[in-house]
Amino acid sequence: MAAAYAGEIPLSERKSGYALMSRDTQKMQDDRTANPGTLWVLEGETLWSQKAGSAAKSCAGCHGNSGSSMTGVAARYPAYNTTLRRPINLEQRINICRTERQHATAFAYESKEVLALSAFVGSQSLGRKIAPPADKRLTPFRNTGRDLFDLRQGQLNLSCAQCHNDNWSRRLSGAIIPQAHPTGYPLYRLEWQSLGSLQRRLRNCLIGMRAEPFEYGAPEYVALELYLMSRARGMRIETPAVRP
Amino acid sequence: MNRALCAALLMLGSSIATSGDVQAQEQRPYTIVGDSIPNSLTGAPGDPARGRAIVTNRQNTCLLCHAGPFPEEKFQGNLSPDLRGTGARWSAGQLRLRLVDARRLNPATIMPSFHATDGLTRVGAAWRGKPILSAEQIEDVVAYLATLRD
Ligand code: HEC
Ligand code: HEC
Repeated sequence: MAAAYAGEIPLSERKSGYALMSRDTQKMQDDRTANPGTLWVLEGETLWSQKAGSAAKSCAGCHGNSGSSMTGVAARYPAYNTTLRRPINLEQRINICRTERQHATAFAYESKEVLALSAFVGSQSLGRKIAPPADKRLTPFRNTGRDLFDLRQGQLNLSCAQCHNDNWSRRLSGAIIPQAHPTGYPLYRLEWQSLGSLQRRLRNCLIGMRAEPFEYGAPEYVALELYLMSRARGMRIETPAVRP
Repeated sequence: MNRALCAALLMLGSSIATSGDVQAQEQRPYTIVGDSIPNSLTGAPGDPARGRAIVTNRQNTCLLCHAGPFPEEKFQGNLSPDLRGTGARWSAGQLRLRLVDARRLNPATIMPSFHATDGLTRVGAAWRGKPILSAEQIEDVVAYLATLRD
């Protein structure tokens, strides 16, 4: 794994968005019965064992009933896909299993189903350290992600780094700017009143900058995800997290 | 040259000319002298009351980064200097350049250029080619900021 890029937050000063939120919101995340994300995890557990598609196979049919075979998986995604010759994120991996193994139609981005399954798979890594794979083929994509993170864009001419490296913990109007660590996704955002993916979060920030958002699933988002995961290496997975 | 192509080129020419006119209407030319734009962009003074309303309207982004004498506004940013006292620190011309294009004073500033459309990347479709604030709005904000003397 590469050393920290110049201008990044030193490893010892990194903080999850969790550390910057109110005690009440932290409690909501910590208490499984109060955390609204639990509903999606349970729904994901149901889908996991349901047969689907013309192959009439369930996820459990290939990966076992408990989902424990998924432990650590969310901590190392996005990963390189040899067929596509580019990195794919967890939602895309789930959809490749859907279409190629179950012979079913892919779930739409942000659909209840893909959020439920990625929450279920992600929660199998709860508490695990983020460990991006040491795969050299990922390097150019991760560099693209870092370039996008540093790019000033949109009508407001801001970069992700200007808010999240240079001004984290300050107040952007009512919101405390976090360091942008992808530790909790998919997560329940009080403002959305729903679970949402990391790409939904990135889309929100781009719209805030008055920049053109990318299409869901676009290589640019996956590159950003890859870079954010490497920037957060060693931090612990919180899926499903809660954020304001 | 065939007639259809001729017609197409003519249309292209006229649409460029029109969009040029629209641009000229939206983004006014101005002259920078030292660290300021001494002359009003509209040729007329702005209205401080309208300026205050522009600054406190969330749509215009000022309160994302700045706080100021706005007791009624619950959420104000702290990424940048408090707006209190700006009228005592800067002349109207200096405030005008700061608002129009703060990059001219500090290329690394995070303060957006409110009356410029050049040098931007990946601007969202709804905002492309438009300055954030019109010349009239800039003048109103300058007039308001000039009143913030302590
Ligand atoms: C103008 C400031 C600003 C810019 C520019 C910005 N963000 Fe954000 N970002 C925020 C704020 C504020 C939040 C927290 C929102 C909240 O709590 O309501 C946030 C949240 C996030 C989070 C969620 C962190 C968590 O704890 O879940 C991620 C990830 C993120 N941003 C990534 C990015 C990326 C990538 C870019 C550039 C494409 C970007 N941001 C640009 C202000 C910004
Ligand atoms: C994304 C952040 C951001 C936004 C939005 C923003 N500013 Fe600023 N502003 C700054 C920063 C940072 C400075 C400090 C100087 C610098 O870095 O250029 C500044 C400086 C100023 C100053 C000079 C203050 C002083 O006393 O030195 C004024 C006046 C000002 N801004 C007014 C405004 C107004 C009015 C708006 C909205 C129409 C606005 N700003 C929007 C970031 C911002």
